[in-house]
Amino acid sequence: MALKVEHELHNRRRGRNWGVGLLLLALIGIVFGLTVVKVLGLSDITQMERFDHVARPQLEPGALEAAEKRAAEQAAQRAAEEGEP
Amino acid sequence: MTDVTNQQHTREAQMGDYFALMKPRVMQLVVFTALVGLLVAPVSVNPFIAFVAVLCIAVGAGASGALNMWWDADIDAIMKRTVNRPIPSGAVQPGEALGIGVTLSVFAVVLLFLATNALAAGLLAFTIFFYAVIYSMWLKRSTPQNIVIGGAAGAFPPMIGWAVATGSVSLESVLMFALIFMWTPPHFWALALFVKSDYGDAGVPMLTETHGRDVTRKHILAYCLPLVAVAFGLGFTSIGGPFYLLVAVVLNVWFLRGCYAIWTRTDADSEADKHAVERRTFVVSIYYLFGHFGALLVEALLRTYGLTQWAGW
Repeated sequence: MALKVEHELHNRRRGRNWGVGLLLLALIGIVFGLTVVKVLGLSDITQMERFDHVARPQLEPGALEAAEKRAAEQAAQRAAEEGEP
Repeated sequence: MTDVTNQQHTREAQMGDYFALMKPRVMQLVVFTALVGLLVAPVSVNPFIAFVAVLCIAVGAGASGALNMWWDADIDAIMKRTVNRPIPSGAVQPGEALGIGVTLSVFAVVLLFLATNALAAGLLAFTIFFYAVIYSMWLKRSTPQNIVIGGAAGAFPPMIGWAVATGSVSLESVLMFALIFMWTPPHFWALALFVKSDYGDAGVPMLTETHGRDVTRKHILAYCLPLVAVAFGLGFTSIGGPFYLLVAVVLNVWFLRGCYAIWTRTDADSEADKHAVERRTFVVSIYYLFGHFGALLVEALLRTYGLTQWAGW
């Protein structure tokens, strides 16, 4: 018995089968691509800057406010020290 | 829907037949305007997400086209222009078209939601519903204003593109919607004036047949006037600018002249020169829409490279 059984339907629907196959491949590509973009956060440039091994305190939530508060406290402390007799 | 299952299944459907169900020519306009809506928005989008978003909008439009062909298979079989469509020609069964339409609609809306945001997906879902249910099932066979209200379905894509980028609806996106919405009636009625249609045989009320050609001529001019206002209004929003306004002046004068000429003509004039003015105005209407959206795209590029300063804008 032949290993490959060809039916007339296989030839008739060859174009359709290829088309469906290519569409499924495209769907896999789209889902994979979306996963890469979403998981790596490629749509947000700051997410990429975050991991460039350079300190970027402004990227941390609340870091800027904390730094300003700290600077204000230090300034107040200096002013108090200078004001002492 | 009238039963068309007595059609013989004459040949094996190929991929091209299924693609034809999605009305690829309509899809061109949808893709272009959605892309412009997305690119002119003040928020940048990752190119891959933008690609997937435009693909979803195109597939959603195609799905509504398939649903429209499923519902209208009975009248498509009567009209000469549509008799070779996949369902009346017997290549695709009505049930297949319904299945493809529903599946692709769900697929497009869900993927757009996952890729972008709920507003964009919701607007796409509403657009499909509007075209398939409000226009195809309800208005198309019941009122000669079918084109006017149904035109809203074709006007949503730039609004969806804008929502993909910004997650909101704003004056700019509403005016882009209004531009296509107001453009659709004069565009189609100009066509209806020179194409010998058999809508009447199919029982579809077209303005030219229910109210006459003279009334249609008046309606073309009546819709063109607010269209001009919308086109110029868009130029003074954040996405407009001097280049857009320059293009708008040329295109609006050109189109308005055509609509005015159509209004002043009689059917005898029209027959005498084989509808030359109507044909020309129809062609101009195509340049009109692509010209305005193309100019918006150029404005966005000029803004990106800081080249709008020359006009003191």
